[in-house]
Amino acid sequence: MEHSHDHHTPEPYKYAVHHSEEEGKKVRRVIWNMFWVLLAITTVEVTLGLIWKNIGISWGAVKMTFIILTIAKAYYIVAYYMHLKHEVKAFKNTIIVPFVLFALYLLYHIITEGVYSEMMEKWLY
Amino acid sequence: MSNSTVMDSKTAWGGNNVSPYGAGYGKLMMWFFLISDALTFTGFLSAYGFYRHYYSSIWPSAENVFTHFPFMHGNHPLLYVALMTFILIMSSVTMVLAVEAGHRMDKKGVTLWLGLTLIGGAIFLGSQAWEWYHFIHGTELGAIELGKGYFTLPDGTVESTKGIIARWTDDSKQVLLLPWREIAGDVTSPYIQLSGQALTDALATGKEIHGANLTHNEYGHPLFGDFFFFITGFHGTHVFSGVVINFIVFVNVIMGTYQKRGHYEMVEKVGLYWHFVDLVWVFVFTFFYLV
Repeated sequence: MEHSHDHHTPEPYKYAVHHSEEEGKKVRRVIWNMFWVLLAITTVEVTLGLIWKNIGISWGAVKMTFIILTIAKAYYIVAYYMHLKHEVKAFKNTIIVPFVLFALYLLYHIITEGVYSEMMEKWLY
Repeated sequence: MSNSTVMDSKTAWGGNNVSPYGAGYGKLMMWFFLISDALTFTGFLSAYGFYRHYYSSIWPSAENVFTHFPFMHGNHPLLYVALMTFILIMSSVTMVLAVEAGHRMDKKGVTLWLGLTLIGGAIFLGSQAWEWYHFIHGTELGAIELGKGYFTLPDGTVESTKGIIARWTDDSKQVLLLPWREIAGDVTSPYIQLSGQALTDALATGKEIHGANLTHNEYGHPLFGDFFFFITGFHGTHVFSGVVINFIVFVNVIMGTYQKRGHYEMVEKVGLYWHFVDLVWVFVFTFFYLV
């Protein structure tokens, strides 16, 4: 929101934004920080996958943890590595909104139409 | 004629050189392509999720299937795929560093980081080939795919055994284990044991199988193999085309094409594709190997 090229004041179009040596240092720091975050999340996932049976948590809770961590990882990749966090608002919405709507639509159909699978199996075998 | 507008074909959007998105045409179109590609993978993974739960009691657990690690003996669940995930994350880091170097017009930096990205991608592809090899060849012990027949469950119901994968308890091949389908959703679902006469009958109609292909799967339901080959294969195809495209851009970087052009937007565009490949793997890793 507080970013300089907010959608109220369109900027002249540029192919690629150049930055200085100083700014580059900051960008690289963010890149490496994100690397450690991604590595940490993956390590937690693998460790949890290996030890969850021995520490007495339910499979449902483990599964939910995996899904939440995965979405967190996806957010960091899209926001920082794919730079979507720093694009203008209209750009972000154009990408995120259609994807989320269609993904939910797909899931909705799998859940509701899935009831026919049992029926189909009886016809087939 | 008074209201005609002269469009400058050199600018991406016309409209007085002002883009509503503050981004190049190519970059935006790459994003649109990635949305459609992401939806394809969403479709695959939700179909996978549905069948995984539908056949949950006879669905193999990935940690029992992918247990090999190069140059190491024994059972190492998840370790190899964790390494593959690390390699892909690492290549994403080198890619974003190449994009960053491009913003500073640092040709040497772009060459270095893009080159490392290429190597990471190639290692990942090799790892995938290795994993496919082991999945296709399976174990020496193998499993028995049962033919027509029935068994009675502890609750009195009778189940058909056709197509059910029965695994040996150990190398002595004295007892076969049958998954009990009714306890769907519970990973610790009990097994029915076959031995003696029941075992002889089961072996007479059953078929010994090793490894997996599109119709048989030693580790459990054949759909597991189908989804594995299809989803990781489709992802691998993306990695492969990503490596090819990265290589073409890499050659252009060395030849100084983008230096002359005055910007490295092309590196940014292929970078988006490369990160997307990593992003898909994050989901494949969770839904195929962890859950």
